[in-house]
Amino acid sequence: MPHSHDHDDGPDDGHDDDTGHSHGHGHDHDHDHTPIQADEPTGHYHNLADAARELLIEKGYFDGSDVREMIERIDSRTPAIGASIVAKAWTDPSFKERLLTNGKKTLKDEMDIDVVVADLVVVENTEDVHNVVVCTLCSCYPVFVLGRPPDWYKSREYRSRVVRHPRQVLHEFGTEIGDDREVRVHDSTADMRYMVLPKRPAGTDGWSEEQLAGVIGRDSMIGVAEVELPN
Amino acid sequence: MARFAPGDKVTVAARYPTGPRHIRTPYYIRGKTGAVERICGEYKNPEQLAFGDYDANAFPLYRVRFDQAHVWPDYDGPAADKVDVEIFEHWLEPAEGGN
Repeated sequence: MPHSHDHDDGPDDGHDDDTGHSHGHGHDHDHDHTPIQADEPTGHYHNLADAARELLIEKGYFDGSDVREMIERIDSRTPAIGASIVAKAWTDPSFKERLLTNGKKTLKDEMDIDVVVADLVVVENTEDVHNVVVCTLCSCYPVFVLGRPPDWYKSREYRSRVVRHPRQVLHEFGTEIGDDREVRVHDSTADMRYMVLPKRPAGTDGWSEEQLAGVIGRDSMIGVAEVELPN
Repeated sequence: MARFAPGDKVTVAARYPTGPRHIRTPYYIRGKTGAVERICGEYKNPEQLAFGDYDANAFPLYRVRFDQAHVWPDYDGPAADKVDVEIFEHWLEPAEGGN
């Protein structure tokens, strides 16, 4: 992987050209017809990224298929990886301790999961503490265990407000944290990445790791939700 | 060698450089005082890396924990609420009143 200062842990392709809109008919009809093209002109940073990529390809640092493979690799990561980690931590207390102490090594040694950044800091929700993750400076996110971040995670609104009014933002996500629990915001400003280890819901005694993993959603591992059982 | 240890009280420099720069110390935390939560290791200074200096100096990186009520004087949540921020050593000074 080429060195990059991209805190998104991968190319932010910025592309949004799949409109899901396709026409099988010709263009010789007489009704108004929106041509199939980019919805909006590309912005400065999009153009800059395109130009940089083209230059790097032209200079032979990598080729188009390397870019495609990287995107494919990033897209192969999904929140199911994070869910399997959480389920294992819920059922194996000694694994949990190692995970909380040394995320990168534990995931490599025991689950063969590559933490492709400096380290993964796993923060545990308890009866006393609720954790929530943000990157106020850009959009740092543990792509290697949760897949690509949701759009709201990258929005200026979430990034500026969750650090300033965390309980209000959690409320807007439908998550109410009592005043008897500390809300702890983690701002991923530099080389660490963060994942929340949510609280195991009541009523799951005796469940297998697979059953548990099935109820653990992405947002609970960012910290904007708690794990709830389906009704 | 890390200058600070977990538990040490530290104050973030209230520096506001202008001009071309890439600083990973958020504006809102500058000038605030918190306690070192852990030492994350040594990492190359992003302020140099961003300008292509890949031989940048490596500095200790800390996670520092702050009281939200201190960071935001009008914070409207419980006094126990916290924010943890990663900060490079060259942005930290011992807090007044000693470590």
